[in-house]
Amino acid sequence: MNDMPMVRFENVSKRYGALTVLDSLNLDIGRGEKVSIIGPSGSGKTTVLRMLMTLEAINDGVLWVDGEPMTHMLQNGKLVPATTKHIRRIRAKIGMVFQSFNLFPHMTAMGNCIEAPITVLGMKRSEAEERAAELLNMVGLSAKKDHYPSQLSGGQQQRVAIARALAMRPKIMLFDEVTSALDPELVGEVLQVIRKIGREHDLTMLMVTHQMGFAKEFSDRVCFFYQGKICEQGSPAEIFGNPKNERTRQFLNAVLEAG
Amino acid sequence: MWIRMLAAMLVATLLLIALLSANPDYRLFMPGLLEGAVLTVEITLLGAVLAVFMALTAALAKLYGPLPIRWLSTTYIEIFRGTSALVQLFWLYFVLPQFGVFLDAFVVAVLALGLNIGAYGAEVVRGAIISVARGQWEAAIALNMSKAQMLRRIILPQAFTAMIPPWGNLFIELVKSTSLVSLITLADLTFKAQQMNQSTLKTVPVFTLVLLMYLAISLTVTIAMRLLEQRASRGLTRGRVA
Repeated sequence: MNDMPMVRFENVSKRYGALTVLDSLNLDIGRGEKVSIIGPSGSGKTTVLRMLMTLEAINDGVLWVDGEPMTHMLQNGKLVPATTKHIRRIRAKIGMVFQSFNLFPHMTAMGNCIEAPITVLGMKRSEAEERAAELLNMVGLSAKKDHYPSQLSGGQQQRVAIARALAMRPKIMLFDEVTSALDPELVGEVLQVIRKIGREHDLTMLMVTHQMGFAKEFSDRVCFFYQGKICEQGSPAEIFGNPKNERTRQFLNAVLEAG
Repeated sequence: MWIRMLAAMLVATLLLIALLSANPDYRLFMPGLLEGAVLTVEITLLGAVLAVFMALTAALAKLYGPLPIRWLSTTYIEIFRGTSALVQLFWLYFVLPQFGVFLDAFVVAVLALGLNIGAYGAEVVRGAIISVARGQWEAAIALNMSKAQMLRRIILPQAFTAMIPPWGNLFIELVKSTSLVSLITLADLTFKAQQMNQSTLKTVPVFTLVLLMYLAISLTVTIAMRLLEQRASRGLTRGRVA
């Protein structure tokens, strides 16, 4: 099974009524690969992450995770739509960090990080707390563990959200414009944490980002989305240094001009 | 702040009752009225428990149940919200026996009022649940929670805070509707008052005391709900600044 990519989009389409958001997407993401998705708004890039997290149903195609179909399951050699149980088993391998943090406001930073390990994984409270303490330390928030989200800055909240996702020990981490809602001076601390987990954890990472500098330095591969399709993809050096597609060039020029 | 003012009002009300009952004209009615007040409080408390249970059940059924369950829940809500509480009491107490179902008056009182307020409460609960931000559901999905886990641990605790103030209104509504049970032979506060008024014709003392007693009960409910609200909103709205 290990020759299968960690994530495979196989002819995946997503439509909202007459509007096609993603048009027959084929995309493989290798084990441990760091992939950045860039593109103008409405290009379908966030939808890619949301489908993988099962927040959006797909209309066509099959989504594979870690060698197994997630949106479908094999029955008598045929792919049939997956049951909730099957989806949850596969979904356990994926964690996600959102643009708007989405921390649970009624729980402290620690509470946020131990909730799912206890209720979903059935971990003992002491064990979950120990692990959460390590993760909060890793994101530099040991001192804030008893604070509620409303008592934390945006950057701190987002770092708690990263620790919360990691507490479930995912193999794949999705980052959906995780710095877009932050004040400019707080962007750095969050990117710093993402760099760190990229180094220290053996994770496959898929991120939608507007931070071109970060995408360039951090990713193994950059995908440029345009109108529901991958318009161009390649190494950061290729995409940022020598984009072949006219759309890519236009987009990068526009973004770089805006600073 | 508000709680202190409400507490002051409650103390003033109770003091007024105590002061008035120093007067023999008033004191005469106190034992009987207190007896009635106890029954009123009992029906209120049990009715409230039933109402909360029904509201939660009906709201969850209407939101997440399979189609027949959703219909059933909607039917319950519309019938009990759409007809008068008095007619519901009469139905359970005078009409059901015609079909061979005899219920104790106290049971009918709790049942009718609990179901009635529960129907209103169902919409309160439903509204509070759907007002929880979408991102909270999505975060729970991303943490691979089951639907039941999401509801129990993430959504309902947040919805709970949002539904406390409207529940405060409903409970006070409940306190006041308990006066209807005097019409199905139960000796509640209103029943006692009417009885004493008819036998003594001392309208002013009787109904002054009754008014103050209802006010004292309602104020107690309001204060309790305010305290609950304060407790529940910890961390949610007014977090202390770090």
